Amino acid sequence: MEDTTRPNPDELLEQIKKTEQKEKKGKLKIYLGMCAGVGKTFSMLQDASKAHGRGTDVLIGYVETHGRAETEFLLFYMPQLPRKKISYKGFELEEMDVDTILEKKPKLVVVDELAHTNAPGSRHNKRYLDVLELLDNGINVYTAINVQHIESLADTVSQITGIIIKETVPDSIFDIADEIELVDISPDELIQRLSDGKVYTADKAKDAVENFFRKGNLSALRELSLRLAADRVDRQVRDYMQENRIPGPWKSTQRILIGIGPNPNSSDLVRWARRIAYTMEASWVAVHVDTPIQLNEKQKLSLNNNLDLARELGAEVVITSDIDVVKGIIRIAKNENATHIVVGKSQNRNLFSKIFKTDIVNRILDESGKIDVYVVSGDTETVDEQKKFRLPAAQSDISKYIISSCLIFLVAAICYPFSDILGHQTVALILLLVVSLLPLIMGPGPVLLAAILSPMIWNYFFVPPKFTLWISKSEDILTFIMFFIIAYVTGVLTTRIRQREKAIRQREERAVALYNLANDLSKAINLDEVVKESVKNFKKVFHSEAVIFLKEEDTALLKQVIDNQAENIPEKEFSVAEWVCANGKRAGKFTDSLPFAEYVYYPIKGPRGIYGSAGIKFANEVQFGEQEALIENFVNQVGSAVERELLNKTAGKTLILEESEKLYKTLFDSISHELKTPIAAIMAASSYLTQMKGGDKDTRTDIYNEISTASIRLNRLVENLLDMARLESGKLVVNLSACDVQDLINGALNQFGTEIGTRKINIDIPENMPFVKVDFVLIEQVLKNIIQNALLYTPAGAGIDIKVSFDNEYSYIFISDNGPGIPEKGIEHIFEKFYRVDNKTAGGTGLGLSISKGIIEAHKGTITVVNKKSGGLKFQIKIPK
Amino acid sequence: MSEPNSILVIDDEVQIRRLLRISLEDSGFTVHEAENAKRGLQESANCRPSLILLDLGLPDEDGLILLKKLREFVETPVIILSVRNSEKDIITALDSGANDYITKPFNTGELLARIRACLRSYQPEQKTSVYINGNIQIDFSAHEVKNKERIVKLTSTEFSLLALFIRNAGKVMTHQYILKEVWGKPFSDEIQYLRVYIAQLRKKFEDDPSRPKIFITESGIGYRMLIQE
Repeated sequence: MEDTTRPNPDELLEQIKKTEQKEKKGKLKIYLGMCAGVGKTFSMLQDASKAHGRGTDVLIGYVETHGRAETEFLLFYMPQLPRKKISYKGFELEEMDVDTILEKKPKLVVVDELAHTNAPGSRHNKRYLDVLELLDNGINVYTAINVQHIESLADTVSQITGIIIKETVPDSIFDIADEIELVDISPDELIQRLSDGKVYTADKAKDAVENFFRKGNLSALRELSLRLAADRVDRQVRDYMQENRIPGPWKSTQRILIGIGPNPNSSDLVRWARRIAYTMEASWVAVHVDTPIQLNEKQKLSLNNNLDLARELGAEVVITSDIDVVKGIIRIAKNENATHIVVGKSQNRNLFSKIFKTDIVNRILDESGKIDVYVVSGDTETVDEQKKFRLPAAQSDISKYIISSCLIFLVAAICYPFSDILGHQTVALILLLVVSLLPLIMGPGPVLLAAILSPMIWNYFFVPPKFTLWISKSEDILTFIMFFIIAYVTGVLTTRIRQREKAIRQREERAVALYNLANDLSKAINLDEVVKESVKNFKKVFHSEAVIFLKEEDTALLKQVIDNQAENIPEKEFSVAEWVCANGKRAGKFTDSLPFAEYVYYPIKGPRGIYGSAGIKFANEVQFGEQEALIENFVNQVGSAVERELLNKTAGKTLILEESEKLYKTLFDSISHELKTPIAAIMAASSYLTQMKGGDKDTRTDIYNEISTASIRLNRLVENLLDMARLESGKLVVNLSACDVQDLINGALNQFGTEIGTRKINIDIPENMPFVKVDFVLIEQVLKNIIQNALLYTPAGAGIDIKVSFDNEYSYIFISDNGPGIPEKGIEHIFEKFYRVDNKTAGGTGLGLSISKGIIEAHKGTITVVNKKSGGLKFQIKIPK
Repeated sequence: MSEPNSILVIDDEVQIRRLLRISLEDSGFTVHEAENAKRGLQESANCRPSLILLDLGLPDEDGLILLKKLREFVETPVIILSVRNSEKDIITALDSGANDYITKPFNTGELLARIRACLRSYQPEQKTSVYINGNIQIDFSAHEVKNKERIVKLTSTEFSLLALFIRNAGKVMTHQYILKEVWGKPFSDEIQYLRVYIAQLRKKFEDDPSRPKIFITESGIGYRMLIQE
């Protein structure tokens, strides 16, 4: 049997990762209280002052004392940060100065009132976002909050106290917190404190006791806060057990799925799901199924709010398109391996759905299979509301209505003269035809109008008795009713088909957009192209300006990657992009963080981290939902592409490294050989000289010559090595000046003393040879190296030919020896470092030709080598004029 | 007055100093040694040598700085003897007042030749207006130039150039220096002018202009007129 008591390695790894992440981040301690006046600020400051006493670098970021003397007394000791003044609509508001804190980087910052909403124009809309940024920068934070400000509890508190709570903090902040301290006093004591005037001034206190601080309220709030703290402790215990391999119930693999609609009440459902997920230790997914049914602006807004809420509360949000809500939910539930589905209970089910159980809840129950279903009260009007909107009347503008009615009148008018010939039944069919064709060009509203209008007109103008709505014949009554029904049904059905078609088209467009992006990105061969293609696709799909910032490889600074159409991005945008990159969260216009920006920025994430940020300049408020999902898909694609390119780069580097390792080995072997040979000669010769007794003069001279030759060889090797190093360092500067080729060749030849010996050097320079524009010293060096090579292979008595010529674009120098030449296969390797033909050592350094090639290439010229037909090797140098 | 034929070697390498002492003394010079810049400065004041061999890489101070200090109070010829072999270093040293420059490793024979050339060219201004170097004879008062006893016609620029060379025979002159002296400051970057005129002079004075023996190219630095024996 499998040992289920042992934590799985992935979980342990996660644990380690969590700890590691936490170590880099600052530690967060939250002082939780049931309501104002329990002494959170006081306890917090007490702890801070203790830390201060121990020598910790403490800074009071923002504390509100409410004039309480004992609290103010504590503040007296510690350094306080002056508040930042922000003027807004004539008021001067005071906020915490986040920038200065980040600059000062204290060890610990005290920030009161975590749920506070910042003044407009601040860096973040909410103070808890400020706190998160401080933590990200490695600063420890003490903060305080009342239980009613916690997102998932806000509703409950509202229900208990009857007070709507606007300022909330997402529950996830508790997951981040390293420590939570519950500041608890009994309700009686609190009421006592209130009446003692310790919390509010006497007149305010009385008011407060009567309204909010009723004993019943306080008890309920206290229970909430105690329960929250207990939950947390429970979780800590479990974590501890897991870390220390204490057998017990491990983290569940439960996954909760919740369906979200545009109903404003859905928020309760979301909060409920979050609580359930928290207690079950389950992950949770919020799903919205986008159906062909159009939502109005209000519904869209409400849907966005619900989705945002779910995101804030830590849900993974999935948006999918489906014609049927239930099918969509079930599909996602299966994909996501959900173990539980949470849906709201329908409140106004109609008789039809009651009998046939066609309402959402029942259908989900039927189709969910093994998945548990929770039905919670208070939602799912979504569906019913959506049903109402199956026949939306106000979607088209007024002109369409006029056109559709006119059309009906027109057709009726054309038919009118022929009504006697055609018979009024035929006219009915003609009108019906018009109505059934209308949906092709009109929205549902105008079609419906036509469907209602046309039987009326028919009845009035064509059915005897004419010009009345009275119908005399019974079959005409039947026709009228059938006409009405057919017109209505045709109109509605066609409209629905068209709506579906539209939904499918939209989905297809999104798929195509994604496909295009993926396709373009896959073709991009470097980082610049990835960026260029991304910007192009962003612009095309979102019809907005787009910009991409990428981290610089070494400095991790952001760099805007500019294509020539990109507008100049102001400095402040840079800082927003940087913030997004550093924090890995969406920010900018229309968001909660840094909303003063012109663009909305999304982090470009890959599996290995954040590579930069992408900004989109939307003209209108961002439509979250499908649009948002598309953006995220886009950004993810870009992230993968960027990562791919970076990995390619790394792979390239590794290859170069391997290559250079090999080279290093060759270099090392060759150099040690080349260095030691002449040293050996010098040592042998000189040691012999010292012990030589008398000896004849010739032998002595021979030995001296050996020393001299070895020294020259040694010196040449060292010079070559230095040249090579200079060449490879990239520091080589080519100083072009007009040079006399004759001078160059002489210079090269002058470096050889006795080495030329009996070999004949033939130089052929045309009379009218112009000056060549080269670096004198470097080209002289090239000629020297090639002549050196030629000398090595040319036997005594044979000649070396140097020929110079020119045309309109290039100057040419040919140097040929009369040696044995080299095997054809060696030709392509001859310019490689330490390459030797057949491993023969001829006394060269193995570097000269390689250096020559480097120098000629620095001159934008070429150097090649061929075997002469008559034997011997011919070097050809070509340098642009 | 400086001690005749005495040479001060300023170099931190004992082996080089020892080797130079052996070869220089063997050639009839008196040798003084200094192992760092500080001692070098003292010695050059104390023993007033007729020539200084200076290494640039000294332990306590860069040789170039020492050279500048030396130039503040003495005109003694200085030959740089250094491993630094880039044209930039050489030009800088020459511009800072060095009379010649030899890179290590060096050929002792060549070093001795340069020392002799340096000492000779440093002779105080001759009273006569006639300069002779090998077959070339230039009479400043008559504005007349002869090669192998035959009068050679020169343009005025060629004359100025030759005059400059012959006055500084044996000494390396940088491109910039020659251009400044002959053409004036604004032309000091127009090396190709110089190349053209050097070619002219070679045609007129060298036995084989393609194998010059008088007007030698010092690659990347400038030119030198060899002292003809």
